[in-house]
Amino acid sequence: MTDILMPALSPTMEDGVLTKWHIKVGDTVSAGDVIAEIETDKATMEVEAVDEGVVTELLVAAGTEGVKVNTPIARLQADGEAARPAAVAPVAAPTAAASTPAPAPIVPAAPKAPAAAAVAIGAPRVFASPLARRLAGQKGVDLASVTGTGPHGRIIAADIAAASPGPAKAVSATPAAAASRQVLSLEQMGIAPGSYDLVPLDGMRRTIARRLTDSFRDVPHFPLNIDLEIDRLLDARARINGALEARKIKVSVNDLIIKAAAAALKGVPEANASFTPDGIALHHHADIAVAVAIDGGLITPIIRHAEDRSLADIAVSMKDLADRARTRKLKPEEFQGGTFSISNLGMMGIRSFASIINEPQGCILSVGAGEKRPVVRGDQLAIATVMSVTLTCDHRVVDGAIGARFLTAFKGFVEDPVTLLA
Amino acid sequence: MAVDFDLIVIGSGPGGYVAAIRASQLGLKTAIVERENLGGICLNWGCIPTKALLKSGEVFEKLSHLGDYGLSAEKPAFDFAKVVERSRGVARQLNGGVGFLMKKHKIEVIEGVASLQKGTPAPKVQIALKAGATRTVQAGAVIVATGARAREVPAIGLVSDGDRVWTYRDAMTAKAMPKSLLVIGSGAIGIEFASFYRALGAEVTVIEAMDRILPVEDEEVSATALKAFQKRGLKFRVGVKVTALAKTATGVSLTVEAGGKAETLTAERAIVAVGIEANIEGLGLEALGVKIDRGHVVTDDHGGTGVAGLYAIGDVAGPPWLAHKASHEGIHCVEHIAGKAPVKVHSPIPGCTYAQPQVASVGLTEQAARAEGRKVKIGRFPFRVNGKAIASGETDGFVKVLFDDATGALIGAHLIGEGVTEMIQGFVVAMTLEATEAELMATVFAHPTLSEAMHEATLDAYGMVLHI
Repeated sequence: MTDILMPALSPTMEDGVLTKWHIKVGDTVSAGDVIAEIETDKATMEVEAVDEGVVTELLVAAGTEGVKVNTPIARLQADGEAARPAAVAPVAAPTAAASTPAPAPIVPAAPKAPAAAAVAIGAPRVFASPLARRLAGQKGVDLASVTGTGPHGRIIAADIAAASPGPAKAVSATPAAAASRQVLSLEQMGIAPGSYDLVPLDGMRRTIARRLTDSFRDVPHFPLNIDLEIDRLLDARARINGALEARKIKVSVNDLIIKAAAAALKGVPEANASFTPDGIALHHHADIAVAVAIDGGLITPIIRHAEDRSLADIAVSMKDLADRARTRKLKPEEFQGGTFSISNLGMMGIRSFASIINEPQGCILSVGAGEKRPVVRGDQLAIATVMSVTLTCDHRVVDGAIGARFLTAFKGFVEDPVTLLA
Repeated sequence: MAVDFDLIVIGSGPGGYVAAIRASQLGLKTAIVERENLGGICLNWGCIPTKALLKSGEVFEKLSHLGDYGLSAEKPAFDFAKVVERSRGVARQLNGGVGFLMKKHKIEVIEGVASLQKGTPAPKVQIALKAGATRTVQAGAVIVATGARAREVPAIGLVSDGDRVWTYRDAMTAKAMPKSLLVIGSGAIGIEFASFYRALGAEVTVIEAMDRILPVEDEEVSATALKAFQKRGLKFRVGVKVTALAKTATGVSLTVEAGGKAETLTAERAIVAVGIEANIEGLGLEALGVKIDRGHVVTDDHGGTGVAGLYAIGDVAGPPWLAHKASHEGIHCVEHIAGKAPVKVHSPIPGCTYAQPQVASVGLTEQAARAEGRKVKIGRFPFRVNGKAIASGETDGFVKVLFDDATGALIGAHLIGEGVTEMIQGFVVAMTLEATEAELMATVFAHPTLSEAMHEATLDAYGMVLHI
């Protein structure tokens, strides 16, 4: 396998625009064939192949700006090399008439081919030295959150030494962009130097920035809203807590919501799903990731198999996970690999909001504050405690109708909690 | 501002000429200035011609052990002049090779002595041409790669006279074989000449001020080397201070101080091998404001001197004084100049001594690791239980490896014995790739090879050695 690298057309060239491909996956090229056109601020030039072989992947989309010199742009397989499962080139659509200077993503690695064994779903391969991998494990650094400074962006020991321990959330389902967004400097945008303090980006902040940018840009998402009356839920909670008082366990509204969401997912399994290039993964269990705000960011510990667990069990686990999340004592398996997320800003007075999909999960539920509101019963105005929730859906997995069925089931369990016993 | 060249390299040793080739590959219009021979000390007066001499010595010495292999020969002999001439021929061949490479890469070779003057975007280079006249050229960047020379100490007589007192250069072009020889300094250069002249039958005594020979190597290696050399008839005086070297009617007389007592050693010839000095003079560096520290140009990570457009690489920029370090720095520096933003990889630099036995090492010695307070796991494997070594009749020496206790990182390797100057490269690759013990253990070593000792030493560090 040979990587074709972005060539330098002049000694000072740092990056350029890959304007056009003359080859496609499966083509056979020989040395001297024109394979692409590249444009710098000075000129457009044709790039010729140096090696011969069959094109197995195009790693950069035509139209991509800011392709750094020496980054791999395509991959060749020489004659006689064992064939690898042909990867579908993950070429992102060119940013048509882009109005912003943001470069299109340079895709770092091909997604797992369909024929490949079902390993971690579409996780992009991370290149790291053996010592870097071991140090990352010892230090609790998530390799996916580290930017490599070795050859071809390989992560080396020095990069781990510079990284602060901090988790990424789950592994990304899409081979998302590695390039950071290029924006004008604050100064260029009229904010005077010295008029602000700069807080350095730690590993968690970088991970949040990267993953949520990727998700918001690459996942086709939409929100569904619904209002829930929670008087009976509050009543049930009070009675349950009365019963649990002797055991010193207190069930929160959020614990009940976790339980209700898990029960709804059991009823509508299509909503407990992940998009992968190979197909839609329908998860066997409702492993519910719950967003917990901590110093410097947030983290999503997971209540696993929530559909099978008692409220008391969920309440105890959640308290333990949240406490340890705040002191950053969670193990990776405690915050990686959830199938559905819940984010609750109700206790902070937020009425309604829509979260960003936590890849690779198909849905995230945003929970607002429960408050007394006028409701119409028959033709009468009445007062009820109402809570608005929003389900953000990944449209590749969860269509509007599926999302609606989930919310209907969820509403049923919340408004009549005794049905959770069914 | 118009420039004559994108880059001018001053000095065509393994740092300079390699830098020039890389610059040409990157499309820079490049010139190289050389005052003497293309290829510098390395090809003409250093690494390469000494290897030719050592090979002659090694083959000759083998002849006296033919019986070990069931062989015999009548009256083995050598012609010293022919041994030296072979070495010069090898140097000439490679010198011509560098000339060809310069032509191939369209690098202009300017023969003469360079000096620097203020200029923009880089200092101007004024060259007193070998052919007469002066040429002044302006380039976008200048790399100083002027190397180093043997350190001499005139105050106590440690100065070459080209006749009885030699530096490496005289020692490799001697007119006649000395009967007895004093080698002052037991670093790589001193030890290699001592090994060569001993192989041809000279009475050789090596004088070392430190308490052990090959003082930069691991202590175990020094001790094993000492025994192996003594077995070959070399004599050593360690921990002695040289106070005066004088010429006598028949040779040289060296006064040393050992344990507070003065002593006199005599021989036909003496070799001064007490280190090297960087060639920083006559370039006009001080006037440009270049910082010099302990005789070397001070540089940043990319060879930058702090003066706009002026860079320095190789011996002139400080230790280790090794050809491969100069080439590595040259390539990095040129890529930086060409705006390639070269990836900064921590590249460990191996060191080799081509005596009999050979010595090779990379990374930290056990003593250095302990001095840093590191906890280490150490493995050793002697060649006397390695099948290939036994079959070859080359069983002296061992492989020693050091791993960081906490992380398993390979942090040092120290080898002594036949073939170790080639074997070391395996450890260098492993260290550069940041290997741990796990990768070395998982590597399959061909059988039968001396290199299997590398595997066994690794296993030994973790209590898993197989053949002891």
